[in-house]
Amino acid sequence: MVSAQVTFSEISPSEFFYRNRDLAGFGNPARALYMASRELVENSLDACETAGIVPEIYAKITPLNPNAESADPRAYVLRVQDNAPGIEPKQAPNAFGRVFYGSKFKLRQARGMFGMGGTMAILYGQITTNKPVKITTSVDGKKFYSFTMLIEIQENKPSILSEETMEGEGNTGTSVEITLQGDHLRSSQKIADYFRQTALVSPYANITYVDPLGRLSFYSRATESMPPPPQETKPHPHGIDVEAMRRLVRDSDEKTIQKLLIENFHRVGERTALKFLEFAKFNPQANPKSLTNEEIVKIVDAMHKFGDQEVKQIQDERRVEKFLAPDASCLSPLGEEILRAGIQKELQPEFLATEIRPPSAYSGFPFIVEVGLAYGGKFLQEGRRLFRFANRIPLLYDEANDVAWKVLNEGIDWKNYKIPENAPIAIITHVCSTKVPYKTVGKEYLADRPELERELKNATREVLRQLKTYLSRKGSMEMVKRKLNIYGKYLPLIARFAQELSQANRPPRYRGLIGEQAQAEGAEEKVEATAEGQAVEQKQEEEKQSKLEEFANV
Amino acid sequence: MKSSQTSKKEELKATLKEIGKKVYSDLDQKKFPEVAFPSRSVRNIVYDNKLKQYILGQNTVTRSAGNIKHIRPFTQLFWLAYFANKLVSESKTSTLRDVFYSSQAFDVDFVDQPESDEIITDLEAVISRPREDFNIYPEERSAIFGDVTIEYTVPGYEGKTLNLSSHPDGYLIGPSLSTAEFRDTSAEMIIAIEKGGLFTRFVEEKVHSRYKSIIIDTAGQAPRSTRYMLRRLNRELKLPVYILTDGDVYGEHIAMVIISGSVGAAHLRELTVSDAKWIGVWGSDIIKYKLPTIPMTEIDIKRIYELKKDPRYKGGIWQKELDVFLKLKRKSELEAFSKFGLTTITDKYLPEKLQEAKSL
Ligand SMILES: Nc1ncnc2c1ncn2[C@@H]1O[C@H](COP(=O)(O)OP(=O)(O)OP(=O)(O)O)[C@@H](O)[C@H]1O
Ligand SMILES: [Mg+2]
Repeated sequence: MVSAQVTFSEISPSEFFYRNRDLAGFGNPARALYMASRELVENSLDACETAGIVPEIYAKITPLNPNAESADPRAYVLRVQDNAPGIEPKQAPNAFGRVFYGSKFKLRQARGMFGMGGTMAILYGQITTNKPVKITTSVDGKKFYSFTMLIEIQENKPSILSEETMEGEGNTGTSVEITLQGDHLRSSQKIADYFRQTALVSPYANITYVDPLGRLSFYSRATESMPPPPQETKPHPHGIDVEAMRRLVRDSDEKTIQKLLIENFHRVGERTALKFLEFAKFNPQANPKSLTNEEIVKIVDAMHKFGDQEVKQIQDERRVEKFLAPDASCLSPLGEEILRAGIQKELQPEFLATEIRPPSAYSGFPFIVEVGLAYGGKFLQEGRRLFRFANRIPLLYDEANDVAWKVLNEGIDWKNYKIPENAPIAIITHVCSTKVPYKTVGKEYLADRPELERELKNATREVLRQLKTYLSRKGSMEMVKRKLNIYGKYLPLIARFAQELSQANRPPRYRGLIGEQAQAEGAEEKVEATAEGQAVEQKQEEEKQSKLEEFANV
Repeated sequence: MKSSQTSKKEELKATLKEIGKKVYSDLDQKKFPEVAFPSRSVRNIVYDNKLKQYILGQNTVTRSAGNIKHIRPFTQLFWLAYFANKLVSESKTSTLRDVFYSSQAFDVDFVDQPESDEIITDLEAVISRPREDFNIYPEERSAIFGDVTIEYTVPGYEGKTLNLSSHPDGYLIGPSLSTAEFRDTSAEMIIAIEKGGLFTRFVEEKVHSRYKSIIIDTAGQAPRSTRYMLRRLNRELKLPVYILTDGDVYGEHIAMVIISGSVGAAHLRELTVSDAKWIGVWGSDIIKYKLPTIPMTEIDIKRIYELKKDPRYKGGIWQKELDVFLKLKRKSELEAFSKFGLTTITDKYLPEKLQEAKSL
């Protein structure tokens, strides 16, 4: 594990984030209330999933003074409780009282990434209300360790005000209670969206949320199956930066550079390490501690270039040497079953399609794109909606800056899919990666990496193709029905006028015609297609025709 | 002469019955009935130099009851054939608007009147006869005045006669006049005039007796029943037709439509009076008679350029007068003659122009 210690010369990390709290999404009381709820819920979900426990999350926001007639913004108590394995009492104060102290720096897919989310929420509460955070946690369901603490901002460390341990019978898990200045009026919509979408992307969780007005939303579990917990992984050479390499060199006990590479990097074996060092012109047997700063920069640079196109030409005859692509065992995509269950449960669409892309990588970080499409049904309104997720976190802000938005609005030729202008559609995108390319610490939108854009585009196209097929099939069936109605209405009229005009003494015997209208459609469509000389159209019509026949056989 | 209207009616009924029989036998053989008629799309409208009018080309459209997109208009068209047959058999008349409402008793789903008007034109194309033949008339009507005796054929009036100079406001050219037979006349010409006001002036100034003429108010662009009336007077009574309009591009076109027909009626033949003469007001008259004028608008000028390219305007005075208008960029109305006295138009302008018409 990479050490969490970073040294700032003048201010502590806590202080740094205190000063720059809008960076982390705590800029104003509305945003802060949403952000704090989110950080705590995500910590709970992470903890459950890592341990393979189906989550039971309970979240509640209450006004600090329920009786006072005070208006927003005002102080709220936010409590989030889970059934995860809990935190060892020794670790707990640090986990919550220190920025950059976390268990998720390893390269493994998790919601948490920076080791600061929970701490920021606590810090924010402390600054705005001067109230300590109250945490209760149990790792065995028998002993419940409870403590209140404040964060020493300048020293970046917790200061415990009171603690007690209670005995009892119950579940493992943690409950965190923060008092913070919030604005529910201006954040209730976002918070509600957040829970709803979290339920969509984590359909194996039971989530209860009670809002400040006492309204309870219960998102019930739709499936017991959870994505297998992701494996931990080492960094890939393409994704390493100079700072991380410097830390590696500092903290490692390996005696040779070659050994250092093999031990600390993803998919680097003896041979690859040797070939690479030859390419980078380093002595494999040299002691890592002897590397100068310039050499570290040089070696990282070479890592990024090893296997490049231009380099290949220089290496002419010899076999092209390169690092193996990162494997995706460290990722935990939702998979088709869970994605479908989530969409089905929250959107109840008329039609649902999913596409799980094979693993891919950007700058050494593996990622998988999953896309779902929901069409029609009870809840979707007319128009196109985008639900974005990254590592199972709903992304609710800055949609128009997100790569998925760009793909939907610029990368897709909607006309190709013959989807009606205002069709009720939701596109659900989920990107999972050991390092989600967020553009900001606030985890709101993804950068447009070309690899990511390509995968999103491919997946979206696939689900749209499925929708197109569905709609055209549905269209044909409705057409058959509509036709039966139309013919049933007009043919008798024609027959009546024909009898009167021709002064016949009985109606014409045309009854069979109505039943035959399906075949008539085939004839008609073909005539029109040729008349307009549209070969492409024709092909599609034939497709439609075969669908029709299928239908006729049912 | 009496049989001309009656035999026309019988012919029409036979045609409609034929159509009914064809559809009936198709249905009886479990075939989807079809009807084909000349296409009225712009691409199929061509100018016939011999007939001097727009006609429809070779393209036809086929409307089949077997086509989901066609079955509604097919039913509507066929309903109209049935309805027309009823109108003719029962000697009833109807108007375009009336047809739209009558259809509602039959559930044939016209969305609006333009749609039913369109189907009426379709039936005209199917049987190559104007809707007046199956007793459907437009709302707008123009008037006629002069010494001509007619005999009604409409039910209740059969055999009754009337002289069209008995009432100075003139007579509406409606269904009963359109189907009447001409019995007798002392007139030697027909003067069609664009405006109601001038029509009244002409009657007051006794133009009908001074010039032995029948006066017709076209009320702007002549309705088809009026054009049909002009044609019958021209053919059956062998009377020349002279047309007086405002001195502008629209006036010139009113005259042209009476003579050569309109694009919208390219599917019909019997609505033109090819030897009718436009006697004014020409562009050159504006100069010659020093008429007061008003400036043309941009739209007027655009219209001139449009018509300059129209095949109906080839040759004769037509192009020439368009060019004069174009040069003047000003226009004048029939009333402009009043500047020189209320009767200048009937006492001076009209006789001079009638004289000039002889050389046209
Ligand atoms: N509910 C919980 N159950 C168990 N462990 C928890 C819980 N909440 C927090 N932790 C521990 O505390 C650490 C710090 O959490 P924090 O939210 O500050 O950072 P993070 O989740 O690692 O990263 P991020 O800044 O992206 O949220 C976590 O890494 C985790 O080990
Ligand atoms: Mg966190």
